[in-house]
Amino acid sequence: MEAQSVIAPGVSTTESQPPTLDIRELTMVFGGLRAVSDFTMEVPRGGLYGLIGPNGAGKTTVFNMITGIYVPTSGEIRLEGQEISGRAPFQITRMGIARTFQNIRLFQNLTVLDNVRIAFHTHSGYGLMEAISRLGRFGRQERALTERAQDILAVFGLQDRQLEIARNLPYGEQRRLEIARALAAEPRLLLLDEPAAGMNPTESETLMGLIRFIREEFNLTILLIEHQMRVVMGICEWITVMDFGQVIARGTADEIRNNEDVIVAYLGRAAGREL
Amino acid sequence: MNKILAKTILRPVVWIIYAALAAGLIYGITYLIRLNGPTYFAQAILDGLRLGFVYALIALGYTMVYGIVRLINFAHGDVFMVGAFASYYAIARYGWGFVPAILFAMAICLLLNVVIERVAYKPLRSAPRIASLITAIGVSFFLESFTALNFVFSADYITYKRPFEIQVWRFWGLSVTNVTVLIVGITLALVLGLQFIIRRTKIGKAMRATSLDKNAARLMGINVDGVITFTFALGAALAGAAGTLYAIAFPQIWTYMGIMPGLKAFVAAVLGGIGSIPGAFVGSLLMGTVDVLVVSFLPLGSRLRDLFAFLILIIVFLVKPTGIYGEPQVEKV
Amino acid sequence: MKRSAVPSWIPTLAVAIALYLGVLLAKQNDIISVYWYQVVQIAAITAISALGLNLIYGFNGQFSLGHVGFYAIGAYTSALITKDYTMKWSGGQTTAVSWLIAGQLGVVLLLVLANRLKLGALRKRITASLARHLAHHEARTLSAVVVLLVIAIVIVVSIAAAWALHAVLAKLMASLVVALPGDVSQPIIFVLAILNGGTLAALVSYLVGLPLLRLGSDYFGIATLGFAVMVYTALQNSDLVIETMKGARGMVAIPLWTTWPWVFGVLALLIIVMRNMLRSSHGRAIISVREDEIASQSMGVDVTQLKNLAFTVGGFYAGVAGALYAHLYGFLHPSTFNTIKGFDPLIIIVFGGLGSMTGTVMASVMFALVIEGLRVLLPQGFEDWRFVIYPIILLLIMLLRPAGLMGTSEWGWLKAPLPPERDIPVPNHSTQSQAAVTPSEEA
Repeated sequence: MEAQSVIAPGVSTTESQPPTLDIRELTMVFGGLRAVSDFTMEVPRGGLYGLIGPNGAGKTTVFNMITGIYVPTSGEIRLEGQEISGRAPFQITRMGIARTFQNIRLFQNLTVLDNVRIAFHTHSGYGLMEAISRLGRFGRQERALTERAQDILAVFGLQDRQLEIARNLPYGEQRRLEIARALAAEPRLLLLDEPAAGMNPTESETLMGLIRFIREEFNLTILLIEHQMRVVMGICEWITVMDFGQVIARGTADEIRNNEDVIVAYLGRAAGREL
Repeated sequence: MNKILAKTILRPVVWIIYAALAAGLIYGITYLIRLNGPTYFAQAILDGLRLGFVYALIALGYTMVYGIVRLINFAHGDVFMVGAFASYYAIARYGWGFVPAILFAMAICLLLNVVIERVAYKPLRSAPRIASLITAIGVSFFLESFTALNFVFSADYITYKRPFEIQVWRFWGLSVTNVTVLIVGITLALVLGLQFIIRRTKIGKAMRATSLDKNAARLMGINVDGVITFTFALGAALAGAAGTLYAIAFPQIWTYMGIMPGLKAFVAAVLGGIGSIPGAFVGSLLMGTVDVLVVSFLPLGSRLRDLFAFLILIIVFLVKPTGIYGEPQVEKV
Repeated sequence: MKRSAVPSWIPTLAVAIALYLGVLLAKQNDIISVYWYQVVQIAAITAISALGLNLIYGFNGQFSLGHVGFYAIGAYTSALITKDYTMKWSGGQTTAVSWLIAGQLGVVLLLVLANRLKLGALRKRITASLARHLAHHEARTLSAVVVLLVIAIVIVVSIAAAWALHAVLAKLMASLVVALPGDVSQPIIFVLAILNGGTLAALVSYLVGLPLLRLGSDYFGIATLGFAVMVYTALQNSDLVIETMKGARGMVAIPLWTTWPWVFGVLALLIIVMRNMLRSSHGRAIISVREDEIASQSMGVDVTQLKNLAFTVGGFYAGVAGALYAHLYGFLHPSTFNTIKGFDPLIIIVFGGLGSMTGTVMASVMFALVIEGLRVLLPQGFEDWRFVIYPIILLLIMLLRPAGLMGTSEWGWLKAPLPPERDIPVPNHSTQSQAAVTPSEEA
């Protein structure tokens, strides 16, 4: 594999404008299993990047390490220059990273609105005593955060479902709700883990538009894991491909589509030989 | 930090600390031994191990059931109690000997547990776990209060009638009774029998498979319901034997007698690593030994024994929550 | 969702007032006997305790089997305070309460200092800097010693502070009690007793929760059960430490200050507090921990802190309930706080519906009434059958309706308030930038 640029050509990162996400030689070892080896990636500010690979390649493990659920065995993760590996998940979120999950992890028994409002807990604007006494800033702040939550729901077309219990939502809406909830955490970096899973082509089309929209509207940097190639090829500026825990290719959609290693990884040696 | 400073001063300090800790430990043990004489100490250890063997029979039931259905069977201690009473009736009312009595107790407990499992636990297998737990608590209460009614066992303390005379053998100053020999012998035989079933028979393999992954086992054609019932039955039989042996060793029975031994056996199972059979055994021996040591050496030990049993539990949880043989459970995200 | 024209608190308040006056008048006009008057109060006291456990388990998802331990702490602590006032068992009328207040503040000081000093991080730093010249285990031992020394100093400082505070408080409170007339000082002492019963239970909850809350569900249950057994054993032997607690013989001569107005007032206040807490950002965060801890963490919620919060507040409720209980019958016996009785609050909250305050209150009332009612209903000589019937009822409920009476629903003002009516602006994102979608095949 020839040396490939870590980030898209034409994008520069400097001391004063560090990449939003900078991962160096990230490794995760579970007991005897090397789930991720020497993973390196850079995502510049405002980038919409993709991370793909066959099942079990280690993509979600990388996400879990970025968000602090796993502590990496070795390697560094920096968010806008700041080292974040080893911190608790809630701290990493507060620093500006939010995510969705491969198997939807909504708060099943809470309403749609409450699911989103939880993300505001850290900066609710009032303390426990004010909540209990209902005095002080409680009324104003609670109304403000409710409105913010509703506005976010509106971006995803869920504002009319705000009082619905999350587990009663149809699958597609649940996925959108998860993204809305992540957005409510006001992140700088948004990690989406298979946001289009289970969606038909029309729904994925809408999702793609949505992802582009929120990147502009909310000034985000987005990294997504996805299996649906139309989505990945359609919106990602730069794609990193993993297999067996390692990076096997990087490039634009066109470059990746025609990359032999990628084809072999997905379709097997035999298919690769046929090309 | 100065390298020379570290090597010349701090390093020796560390080793002095280690030496002091070791000395303290050795002194503590020798103090205990010297306190009432080495014979007393050894006797305490022996009695503790004996109690541990009985706890082991109970703990095995807990650990097997938890391993297979993730249920803390709170009613298990009461099944133990029923075993004690069953053997009592066999011996006192029908004049049976030891072997038929203990077999009778095991059979009764086995049947009881199968009925409980089918009636109370099976319907709730797909319900949230708390429902089964509450049900187990309810079954426990029911067994305790129902048997305490006058026309059943009554709430009185009943003196157990031993099916044989006590024989004491003395050697090296220690006194060993035939009861102790019986307990150790029977427990070992039952545990070995259990190991045989689990490791060498088809049903044992089915049990292991079911405890690892119920759905996969079902897909492999294993009759999961049957395996679960079998596990409950096996655990209960052991508890019935435990009840009989316990009553022979401490010949007073009453309908609430199962609570503390049940809890302590459960703690022992957790101590050894819940779901692990060797763990339950080792944990029980430890629990029994600590229990008797506390009573033998601490002033007011007999009043504080329960406190120490759970103190051990708390310490284990702080140091290694999964227990001695336990595997940490990693949640897949 | 239809919004009703009447604000939800009005019917709820009406019902509350009706209940309060109903019981009060019934007692004053001898419609109900003293026995049933006490049963009603026990029902309300049980509700307070059960609400605490519902917060910990129903709303926060932490399976605690140790609730009765905190109930006991509240009961005995408050009794010691009031017995001091009436009988001066410690030598003075306010010695016990000033020791308790000073002691609790001392422990709080210790916790605050330990927190500020960030001992965990300190230990890591010392280990790291020493490990450059020494073997790793040597570095760890030394840093452990240093941290232990720091902790020892902090403990000494806290004890000294508590001692000093006690000296001041004792004088202050003694003179206050002497100065005020009996009618005024008695309720003040009672309030202090209830409050301290609650705060001590809360403090112990916090300390117990610190190491235990990071354990998974089942293990946490067993550990808290172990704690409850330890409390029970300690109470059985309490006469060794404080004579007047009389250990297994039971503590007697506690003033009978609990009355329906007190119980109802405390219950109403605590319901309001819990409702306000749960219907706020903190409440939502607490519930999110129950729903999905990992997702909650990923939303920026400090799960550990929230678990501690729920556990501590729950302990407070148990302590307050215990304090009221102690002064209802004037007699405390350790058997009231044994493991069997310890399951009562769990059974109540499951029966009422986990995560429903309304359910908990209703179930508490029904529980008290059923246990006592059966005693009355059953023919002579069959009273013990109620302990057989009650688990049968429980089993039937588990088999037929495991979600409990109310499930997770609430009634009236306890319900989550609806968000204010609003026209929500919907952004237009068909104004989408370029990027023609390449019609590629799916891999």
